[in-house]
Amino acid sequence: MTTSTIRYPRYHEDFQALAAIRPGPSWLVDLRAAAWDRFNELGLPTARRGNERWKYTNLRPLAAIAFESPQATDSTGGLDAGTVRSLAPWDEAWTNLVFVDGKFSEALSTIAPAQNGTVCSDLASALNGNSGPVRDGLAQLASFDDDAFAALNTAFINDGASIQVPDNAVTASPVNLVFVSTAGPQPQVTHPRTLVQVGRNARLTLVESYVDLTGGSNFTNAVLEMAVGQGSHVDHFRLLMDTPDGFHVGTSRVLQGQDSSVTSSSFTTGAAMARNDFLVTLDAPGASCDLRGLYATTGSQHIDNLINIDHAKPHTTSRLFYKGILSGKSRAVFGGTVTVRRDAQKADSRQTDKNLVLSHEAEVDSKPSLLIYADDVQCGHGATAGHIDQDTLFYMQSRGLDRATATKMLIQAFAAEIVDTVGVEQVHGFLETVFAGSIPAESVVFGGRP
Amino acid sequence: MNDSNGNNQPMLEVHDLHVKVADSGILNGIDFLVNAGEVHAIMGPNGSGKSTLANVLAGRPEYEITQGEVVYRGNDLLAMEPEERARQGVFLAFQYPVELPGVRAWQFLKAAVDALREHNGEEELSAREFDRMLREKIQMVEIDPDLARRTVNEGFSGGEKKRNEILQMAMLEPKLAVLDETDSGLDIDALRIVADGVNKLRSDSNAIVLVTHYQRMLNYITPDFVHVLMDGRIVRSGGPALAHELEEKGYDWIRESVEASQ
Ligand SMILES: Nc1ncnc2c1ncn2[C@@H]1O[C@H](COP(=O)(O)OP(=O)(O)OP(=O)(O)O)[C@@H](O)[C@H]1O
Ligand SMILES: [Mg+2]
Repeated sequence: MTTSTIRYPRYHEDFQALAAIRPGPSWLVDLRAAAWDRFNELGLPTARRGNERWKYTNLRPLAAIAFESPQATDSTGGLDAGTVRSLAPWDEAWTNLVFVDGKFSEALSTIAPAQNGTVCSDLASALNGNSGPVRDGLAQLASFDDDAFAALNTAFINDGASIQVPDNAVTASPVNLVFVSTAGPQPQVTHPRTLVQVGRNARLTLVESYVDLTGGSNFTNAVLEMAVGQGSHVDHFRLLMDTPDGFHVGTSRVLQGQDSSVTSSSFTTGAAMARNDFLVTLDAPGASCDLRGLYATTGSQHIDNLINIDHAKPHTTSRLFYKGILSGKSRAVFGGTVTVRRDAQKADSRQTDKNLVLSHEAEVDSKPSLLIYADDVQCGHGATAGHIDQDTLFYMQSRGLDRATATKMLIQAFAAEIVDTVGVEQVHGFLETVFAGSIPAESVVFGGRP
Repeated sequence: MNDSNGNNQPMLEVHDLHVKVADSGILNGIDFLVNAGEVHAIMGPNGSGKSTLANVLAGRPEYEITQGEVVYRGNDLLAMEPEERARQGVFLAFQYPVELPGVRAWQFLKAAVDALREHNGEEELSAREFDRMLREKIQMVEIDPDLARRTVNEGFSGGEKKRNEILQMAMLEPKLAVLDETDSGLDIDALRIVADGVNKLRSDSNAIVLVTHYQRMLNYITPDFVHVLMDGRIVRSGGPALAHELEEKGYDWIRESVEASQ
């Protein structure tokens, strides 16, 4: 173990406190310690020079805040069940795991009867029971060698969700994870960790929602690891409803086996700085993924999507379609690389990012890219940024619609191209309301050519 | 003054209207008067200012009105926002209808009809009532009902776009309809359908201004007046016979006689 100087005393203090209160099995102690050391070596990636992964996103504001781990409260954090159900997509028949300030709340959760042997549990219990699959799976996909946020999350592994779907199991009703942040005396940080292990020829629908109720500067540093076995299908939704001063770093790592398919849709609103760092590795022939996203920024918000797809093997297919709605002085970044390895012949990939820029001061940096080492592939990518032009608005006004109504209609229509791909009715319904309300009319400059 | 039929006052009075775009004068003193129940045709060579006039009436923002006034049913039309004009019964069928990405035609129509009804103090139509109304009007303009489910004007053929404008007009039942070359690009059947649509709207309580290049439209819709616009001025007005004369002789004939009289 290195004895280098402690660069982040606040995190270090909480790290030590966690190790004292919840040491867990010895492999976990070692894992956390290794991750902490790595985090301390790497430090937060605040330097932007030569830092491709964080080129357009300034982490200094996040690094300047001494976030603290939430105080232990009662497990509902003062929230009532009715409130929680309105914060995210919800259905009583689903398995709904609710986490308040990073901690599993049994009282607010509803666990549907186990379906075909599927195990859904809070991670803290799984760690307590020293679950074999959890021990074998954790930190296998989310490498922290070169990733300070993954390292930090791993150093603080304590709670989150653990989902195991056995071979041939079809979990018909979604597993719903709701992470709620509430206000503390100081800005708080949570490190939710989710581990999803799907066997062969199985099906899973997974919904993750991150909600901040404070209006303050909380920081959620989430990591998802998901391994999808041969012939399985996963439908994944990730929703972020942050506050304008909130910080969010979501690191998702997906590994796909032969002939598996994953559709994953990300919906992001709010946040002073939100990062959606998503990597899918298509690790065997016939694997395919379809990644969609919609992000809406306003005020001085900042959303950074880094979506990487690794075509590691031949005959793999990926589709990526993200859309952004920007207003106010907000900023969005869309980056990501589709890599086609040398023996990944017949890879087929398409990447698109489209933005609707509603004000002069909003800005988007959209830089999807391709790295192709194979020669027999079909790949394409494109990015656009458009605005609502005077002719369009005038046409709508000439039919009696005022500018606010017309603009809202155009924004909704723009969003619908992504929202309407959502096949889970409860998620679809929820998104329709949230995104309609996420763009305040006063932040739109009409007819603005950015 | 504001009698409910609007019969005692003119529908539209345009006085000495001067309009500039990007510092050049496009309309250089337009005068004309439209009463309820009348159909006026406006003809004139390309670039003479017909669309400019039509767009100024509908409230397009990029034009600078440097002189003159426009009174619509006793009120200052130029002081109103475009949506206010629409709600008070002004309708422009665009020469080049605009595509609304992702917005479904029926959804757009519903919003337009609801905005109008709200203005008139009427209740929003229920989905079913709206549907019935839409189906009826779709039959009237003989468009493919599928168009209503598609994105407004996106991928519509030229003729479909024009018919869609007439569908909107039929739904909104304007008091003053300005049709900017709605007849251009229509096949013979579509022309008849559009003309039928216009004739159905025609009544004693509303008025129609038709911008057209062709006599063939006027075979179906007989105008009460024909105006010839050149270089931003109405240089001649007459009855339906004037349109025939133009068709025969072209515009040079008028240009020469205008220049001779100056
Ligand atoms: N937005 C604009 N910017 C610059 N010039 C304009 C603009 N709108 C109109 N003009 C100019 O004003 C003149 C009149 O145009 P307008 O479209 O009114 O003609 P029109 O009579 O409708 O012609 P057409 O028969 O070809 O439709 C043209 O010279 C045109 O280029
Ligand atoms: Mg014209």
